[in-house]
Amino acid sequence: MATLVATMPWGVMLILLPLAGGLVCFLLPGMARLLGLLTVFAAALSVAGLGWQLHEVGVYRHLLGGWGAPLGIELHADGLSLLMLAATALVGSAVSVYATAYFEREQAVRFWPLWLFLLAALNALFLSADIFNLYVTLEMMGLAAVALAALAGGGDALGSAMRYLLATLLGSLFYLLGVALLYHGFGSVDIATLAARVTPSPAVWAALGLITAGLALKTALFPLHFWLPPAHAAAPAPVSALLSALVVKASFYILLRLWLEVFADLATGVETLLGVLGALAVLWGSVQALRQSRLKLLIAYSTVAQIGYLFLAFPLGMAAGVAAWNGLAFLVLSHALAKAAMFLAAGNLLRFGGHDRIADLDRVVQRLPLTAAAFAVAGVSIMGLPPSGGFIGKWLLLEAALTQGRWDLAAIMVLGGLLAAGYVFKVLGHAFTQAPVAHEPRVVPASMEWTALLLALAALLLGFFAAPILSLIGIGDAFDTPEIGS
Amino acid sequence: MTAIHLYALAGVGLFTLGLHALIVHAHLLRKILAVNVMGSGVFLLLVALARRTGEAIPDAVPQAMVLTGIVVAIAATALALTLMLQLAAETGHATLPEDQRESD
Repeated sequence: MATLVATMPWGVMLILLPLAGGLVCFLLPGMARLLGLLTVFAAALSVAGLGWQLHEVGVYRHLLGGWGAPLGIELHADGLSLLMLAATALVGSAVSVYATAYFEREQAVRFWPLWLFLLAALNALFLSADIFNLYVTLEMMGLAAVALAALAGGGDALGSAMRYLLATLLGSLFYLLGVALLYHGFGSVDIATLAARVTPSPAVWAALGLITAGLALKTALFPLHFWLPPAHAAAPAPVSALLSALVVKASFYILLRLWLEVFADLATGVETLLGVLGALAVLWGSVQALRQSRLKLLIAYSTVAQIGYLFLAFPLGMAAGVAAWNGLAFLVLSHALAKAAMFLAAGNLLRFGGHDRIADLDRVVQRLPLTAAAFAVAGVSIMGLPPSGGFIGKWLLLEAALTQGRWDLAAIMVLGGLLAAGYVFKVLGHAFTQAPVAHEPRVVPASMEWTALLLALAALLLGFFAAPILSLIGIGDAFDTPEIGS
Repeated sequence: MTAIHLYALAGVGLFTLGLHALIVHAHLLRKILAVNVMGSGVFLLLVALARRTGEAIPDAVPQAMVLTGIVVAIAATALALTLMLQLAAETGHATLPEDQRESD
């Protein structure tokens, strides 16, 4: 049994299962709900198998069809890939359970195939080891995500999805142009080969700029975030959760991977710019979140702010390495869980009251206590209070900033936390008070309340398991940038 | 050698032209076409640079990339056109909503 777990090609299953599941769900719409749920759970189990394998054997490598780099396509997984896959599995499973209760039949038939295609694209992206394969998975993910964002129908959702599609295509084309320049310069698309061969030259600088700009657009880094709030707010709640928790993290993961391996030696100066934009994103996103009167837009702007934190890690990580990157990894995981919980809670409130106006929440704390608790507990992680996962991530980043004397970045992090407290309590405050106009509430299924709460609790409890999680992330030493590692 | 550079430069030119059109034009069909022109620019660049080795047989990998890219571009264009038609049917005009939701 143990040898079976150790030798199974889990990575291949992670891609094939949801891809096949999506096709079958499309062909047999009557069974879409059951098949979809089973596929997502099977994929989550495969992530557990892959994790076991990584723990026992070390870095996972699979040559598709027996062809290795440079000609063939390799699947590759280290601790960082495992972290992203685990976040996808956790959020994906919870959102799937939520979605079985959330969607009516007609919408469920469209949701499940698209979500399974998105899952296949995400898993393939986190397992890819070459920059062209990453482009293909990026596009697969983008198209599935846009279709999901348009699921609600109506002018609002369609317009936002259209803007989202144009932004994501533009980002992909910038990325692809960068890939073309890198291939032309060094004759390979394999990340490890590129890392060994890359030398500073005008073409590489152009590629660095194009790839970074394209991926920053897809990750919604300020000021390229314009497409995110309307698209994430107009989508159905489970879709908003997937988009905010996972999809923006996927393009960020590519950026991080390329900066760690390919651009590590030549990036003097650009990481400072990314840090400045990250700081502006924290401030702008938080202030905008405070100003919103609609709950889903508030949560979407909070995503813009939290993405800023991820970019604050670039100047710190490039200078000092592992501690800042570990903090970043923790933030990625805890934000995925907490933000998904928030959007699911918002979906419950929307279902309950028929609206998401913050001022009219009307005593949901008493009437929908599990959902209010989910929002509050997720808020603890977003604010970065102990013992949450968000606290560990922000603490590691803050520590790195202080040891490097970057008081400016440290001040931004603290200020961002205070502003986050402001927008979380703004919602909770209205959740306690009675609204002037009473609404006829609708019943919210228990499974929708519990999935939101469990995700939020997972984000909170993450803080207690910092050491084992960090040791899992450390498999394969993804964060040992060349200057430190060798 | 100069011919290859000419093709590569034309590719970059198409990319820039498409980017300009994507930003300037409001009608969604023009935006979708602009994205396609940008894509063609990248493909032209890839095919031109495949001759970089100077040998009789060009490098096959960029050509394979272009084929994959064309498949992606077709899928993306199909989705974009469908969305545009739906949006036009829903709102009566094929442009992005200028004012966003936070104004209401």
